[in-house]
Amino acid sequence: MDPSLWIAAISILTAGLTIAIGSIGPALAEGRAAAQALQAIAQQPDASSTITRTLFVSLAMIESTAIYCFVVSMILIFANPFTDLASQAAGG
Amino acid sequence: MEISPDAWIIYEWQGWQLTATVAFTWLVMAILVVVSALITSRLSEGETVSRWQVMLEVIVTTIRDQIDEVGAENPGRYLPFIGTLFLFIATANLLTVVPGYQPPTGSLSTTAALAICVLIAVPLFSVARRGLGGYLKTYISPTPFMLPFNLISELSRTLALAVRLYGNVMSGTVIVGILISIAPFFFPIVMQLLGLLTGLIQAYIFAILAMVYIASASRTHPAHSGDEDENDPETDTANTKGD
Repeated sequence: MDPSLWIAAISILTAGLTIAIGSIGPALAEGRAAAQALQAIAQQPDASSTITRTLFVSLAMIESTAIYCFVVSMILIFANPFTDLASQAAGG
Repeated sequence: MEISPDAWIIYEWQGWQLTATVAFTWLVMAILVVVSALITSRLSEGETVSRWQVMLEVIVTTIRDQIDEVGAENPGRYLPFIGTLFLFIATANLLTVVPGYQPPTGSLSTTAALAICVLIAVPLFSVARRGLGGYLKTYISPTPFMLPFNLISELSRTLALAVRLYGNVMSGTVIVGILISIAPFFFPIVMQLLGLLTGLIQAYIFAILAMVYIASASRTHPAHSGDEDENDPETDTANTKGD
């Protein structure tokens, strides 16, 4: 097989794996955080504004790991630096 | 497919390229400046208050209350910086309802610039509040062993701020682009609605995180800044340094 084909195939496979594995952890963690926050609001409705704000901030922090995986997979598919390298090596 | 408005060159003159990122950043800046200038030129304290002034007052007091709740002692001091960050990102993200507009926050250059602003603002506010020695002391608290970790956390949270905002906005654009090619009519609109919600939440989170970082570096009583204070949710939020 051509090296650029290899790079394309492995990039696509890795991008899929990245987003698949990388979304499992944040999904579990966000569900857990939301469940705990709901429980806390049910116990203390007065503190709901503080809890909601803290929940938003922590959800954003948890979600950022999933976003990193998404960015890496997007780079692998749309802006892969190694495809240029392979085409240069093949051309020159 | 283009995953960044950087690749879209609107205008080219003698080798100078005006990308969509810069053009739309100028658009957002112009909207913010013109609207605020128009409203604040006709402020009144009398019986009749224009509806625009009421809107501006609601925005300013809400941001002020939010800064106050994060635990800063003097909200008015941080209001210009945090409020500008929030309003700029929120306007940039909400303008996606206009057809043909690409949010400048979908480019890593814009978000990196905003994150570097926060990186510089943290020591400035902290030195102004506690003096140079007090600021440098935050790096060796609780023990000098934490110095490398504090330095790493300073850089990694800046990277996290930039990539979080970029990833969220860019993912919205890319998902809409993919859906247009496979299910053109209904679903892209739903995803764009979701993108509006995400954009506003990300603007809020960016501003709140910037405030939390500034507040944690400029606290005057760092004596009990550790894991001991479970009773105070404000302090707990403020102690969440990196991620």
